[in-house]
Parts: sequence; structure tokens; C-alpha cells
Amino acid sequence: MHYESPLREPLILGGRTYHDVTEEVLKPLETPPQKMKMWLAAFGFSALVAGMGVSCILYLFFEGVGAWGLNKTIGWAFDITNFVFWVGIGHAGTLISAILLLFRQTWRNSINRAAEAMTIFAVICAALFPLIHMGRPWVGAFWVLPLPNTRGSLWVNFNSPLLWDVFAISTYFSVSLIFWYLGLIPDLATIRDRAKNKIAKIAYGALSLGWNGSTRTWHRFEIVSLVLAGLATPLVLSVHTIVSFDFATSIVPGWHTTIFPPYFVAGAIFSGFGMVQTLMVVTRSAFKLQNLITIGHMEAMAKVVILTGSMVGLAYATEFFIAWYSGNLFEQFAFINRAFGPYWWTYFIMVTCNVVSPQLFWFKKVRTSMTITFILSIFVNIGMWFERFVIIMTSLARDYLPSAWALYNPTMIELGTLIGTFGIFFTCFFAFAKFLPVVNMFEVKTLIKMPHRKGHDEHGSDH
Amino acid sequence: MTTMRQDITKHFLLGKFRNPNYLMDAVQELQSEGYPIYDVYTPFPVHGLDRLIGVKRSRLTVAAFFFGMTGTITALAMMAYMLVMDWPMDIGGKPNWPGPAIAPVTFELSVLFSAFGMVFSFFGVSKMYPGKKPILMDERVTDDVLVVAIDMKEVENREKAESILKKHEAHEVVDKYVHDDLFEV
Repeated sequence: MHYESPLREPLILGGRTYHDVTEEVLKPLETPPQKMKMWLAAFGFSALVAGMGVSCILYLFFEGVGAWGLNKTIGWAFDITNFVFWVGIGHAGTLISAILLLFRQTWRNSINRAAEAMTIFAVICAALFPLIHMGRPWVGAFWVLPLPNTRGSLWVNFNSPLLWDVFAISTYFSVSLIFWYLGLIPDLATIRDRAKNKIAKIAYGALSLGWNGSTRTWHRFEIVSLVLAGLATPLVLSVHTIVSFDFATSIVPGWHTTIFPPYFVAGAIFSGFGMVQTLMVVTRSAFKLQNLITIGHMEAMAKVVILTGSMVGLAYATEFFIAWYSGNLFEQFAFINRAFGPYWWTYFIMVTCNVVSPQLFWFKKVRTSMTITFILSIFVNIGMWFERFVIIMTSLARDYLPSAWALYNPTMIELGTLIGTFGIFFTCFFAFAKFLPVVNMFEVKTLIKMPHRKGHDEHGSDH
Repeated sequence: MTTMRQDITKHFLLGKFRNPNYLMDAVQELQSEGYPIYDVYTPFPVHGLDRLIGVKRSRLTVAAFFFGMTGTITALAMMAYMLVMDWPMDIGGKPNWPGPAIAPVTFELSVLFSAFGMVFSFFGVSKMYPGKKPILMDERVTDDVLVVAIDMKEVENREKAESILKKHEAHEVVDKYVHDDLFEV
């Protein structure tokens, strides 16, 4: 029979009823935007930053890839760093929505919606970089997709991890999007049935596909969700594995290591959870959802951050050990150079933010303080951005041939593009937070305990 | 007049609940009394309810498998055509059909086909499409009201059904007539 641990804190606080959940989650959605000054300011500012990013991209198209600080030695730098960074952010969303569903971790119910939204927006930001780094993305369709052309046809190279990336990222984006949308349908129906405004009624009505809560449909819905979770789980692992192949299949010292796939996946989940923490600390207090996204949820995420952060730390140590143990001079040099070479300070930031500072989450005081969690989660993001920078830059800057050694500095256009993607990400996220329910209402409602009949309870305890 | 009406409409007796546990009890008792339960409408999935009212296990999982296989075959056929048949290239004497290198694309397309095929099949069998007018059994059925719909076509004893629903604390028991054409699950 079903057993409930008496020690475990409830996942929903404040004795919420089903209707309270609906009211609480839909409050920001049903408030007219002109009454949400903070939201307007945040949305406006993000849109402005996004606009700056778009201008940088347009300048790049006009000027060519020379607008970036690349040189003959370092042929890709900021673009690939930002790409890997943003793809990694997305992974936490899929972990929460798919892997935790398979493991029946019900604490995911309050945070999965926002985390999945984060995945989608992060993948959009990520996909931008491979597109724009081609300089002329409208011609690039022939380079990345197997399209018939007038040169043979000369097809794309299926041996290249970069092409695998094209398939992996586009599948990941599409499947995440449809998984997210599927989960939204019952909640969209709730909004539809409460909508007073005519436009809202039509829009949410069209999106909710005539959902009426029939048990037959719920039955199919749950099966589809479970199978999608089963598909998304290997998918998300494959995506960052393939991203790591971009490096691991090369012969550059510091890149061609077999540890890369698990190391990248752990790092991706680590960085993604950092971003989920950042977003959730802000969302729960801005929208007053502390009873649905509780301190318990924040603690659970902090524990995942400790775990994945430690895995990343272990990977850093393993890389050094293997470099020494292999006896390979180039490999040894690559790692000594990584920690003590010209980019030593990026390595220092990486280790501090990824390995050292998350260990503070061992303390309950730290986990339950939202201010400290917020700061540490930002550190995680900074650290993980620098991890990619360190891996890519230190290996490229000093490889086999000393006469080819060079350093790389990003230009203002590159920095502007990076900051701009944060603008795009937050513009999308704020729009989502206003127009869609940030908490999965129907899944949270399944967590509310309702009384059984008296006779029923006695019957139950007999077992 | 009434006979004509029965031909073109479904007649339901709706019992509305606020507690899924009471609703489960009511459904169990109604079934043991032999009342045909057409469907139960809930704002969230109630576990065990689908089996209780005799919803057959969906075969969407089987569909997902075949869609996935379609993706696998599509990927392999595409790469075989491009790499081996249409434009084989000699790159350092490597084989045209590169064993492990075809795995990622094959895997991704299998997942893509499987996911999309299954979701669209789900929309298809559930007759869900944009712009469909929902038939709601209660205006709060997507919020906090759970509704049992008893198919009254062959039910004689309406009072007893009502008393069972009331006994399990249905806060409202009403009749509902729905046009047959509109209503298809």
C-alpha cells in the first residue's frame, strides 16, 4: 500500500486547495500588464538588451566575421563558447521534466514548467551562434542540411560531429517544444475557461485544442508524457555527448579525451540547475509563489548542484591525473598551460565558481537562504561559462606548434552578442511568465492531499 | 418530442465533486450497482480512475515504436543514398559507410519521428485540434470540480443514482443533454 514518510515536509505549503493553486498561479496572467510595473520594467530592459544583441548580429552580417576577434590560430572562440554554454543551460529543464518524471520525483511538479521554458529559450540562444558564425546563414542551409544542390549533389558530411550537432540540437529543440506544449494544454484550458477578455478566450481556446478533462484523454495524455520523458532522457544525454564530440573527436591536446561526454553532461546539468535556481528565486518572490515553490524545492535543487558540481570537480582532477599518467608530453603541457598559462585567471574563476563555491550548499543555512542561493547560482553560471572558455581557448592558443601560438581577445561586437543573448533569453522568459502559467497547475494539484472517508481510512490501515 | 430528442442527444446525469477520493468511492459504488459511467471529467489526472471506469490501455506506445522505426529507416536510407549511392567520396581511404559515425543522426531522427508521431497520433485519437469547441461538463471542470457523467440512455432508476452521488458528497447533481454530433470521445 501507499506509504507516506512522516519525516518529509509537504511539497505544497499553506493548506492550499485546488482553487487556491489556480488563483495563485494565474494571478500574474490575469493582471493587466499596466498594473505590473516591475514586470514592465524588467521586460522592457531585457528587450532593450536583446535589441542591442540583434544590432551586433546585424553588424556582423554587414561587416563579416572579421568583426570578431578571431585569428589564424583561434578559428572559433566566443561563438562556440556561448553555444556550449547555452545548450548546457537547457539540460536542467529536460532533466527536471523528463528524468525526474521517470524517477517519480514529485518535487519536480512545481518547477518543471519554468525549467522547460528555460530549456527552449536557452536552446534558441544556443542555436543562434552556429547560425551567425557562418556569416551568411541564409547560404548556410546548404552547409548544415542535406539539401540537393547544383554541385553534384555534394552532400553534407555525416562523419562530422558538427553535423551531428545540427541534428541533435534541432531534434532536442523540437522535442522539448512539443513536450512543453503538451504539458501546457490542460493548463491552457484552465486559462481559457476563466478568461474574461475576448482575445484571451480565442487565443487560449485555440491553443488548448478543445481540452475538457476527460479521463480517456488524461489516460492517453499520461502515457504520451511518460513515453516522451523516456525519449527525452536519452535525447538530452545524447545532445551534450554530441556537443562534447565537437572537441573529443579532434586531435587537439586537452580536447581528445574519452571523459568528455559524461563530463560535459554533468557540467550541463550543473549549469542548468544554476540557471533554474536564479530564475526560481526571482519568480517565486516576484509572483508570490512561495507556497508552491517552497524552500524545500530550492534545497532539492541546491543538492543537485552540489552533486553535479562535485562531478565536474572530479572530472577536472581526472583530466589532470590522466594527463600525467598517460606520459604524453603534449597532453601534460596542455594541462599545465591550462592552469598556469596566459589564461590562468579564467581557470581560477572556473575552479572557484564550479568546485569551491557550490560546496557551501552543504550547509542548510546556505541552502535555505534565498539571497545566498541567488548569488551562488550566479557564480555557477559564471563558472560554467568560463569552463567552456578555458577548454576551448587554452587548448587552441597553445597547441603543437609554438610558432603558431596566439592569444585571443573578444571584440565589443562579440561581448555585445553574448550580452544580447541574455537579453533574448530574459525577454522570452518574462513574456512566458506573463502569458503562460509558470507553475504546472494540474501536476501541483495532484500533490494536494484530500481527506478520505472515515471507513475508508480504517480499511486502508488494515493492510 | 422526447423520443426525437433522445435520438440526437446524449443524456447524462452529472455528479459534481470537489474531492477525488469521494469521487472514486462514488464511481466504485455506481459501478457495483451497474450504472454505465460514460466518462469522468477532472482538472488533473486521478490515478486509478482510468482503470476503474474501464478505459482500455492506449496503444499509443506501439504507435510510438513504429514511428521511431520509421525515423530509423529514414535516417539510414538517407545516409546510404547520399554517402554510398549518389556521391561516394574517398576521404583518406575511409569506408563510404562509416559504422559508428552514422549512429548519432540515426538516433536523433528516430527520437524525432517517434515523439512527433506519437503526439500527433494522440491529438488525432483524442480529436484535439486548434479551434475545437470544448464540451465542458462544468465551467470549473478545469479548475477544481470533478464530474462523473452517467450515461442515462438505458438507466431507469435515476433517483437511486442521484442518491449514491449525494451520499458520496457530490455538491451538485444535474442532468445534461449534449448533441451527439458534437460529442465524440
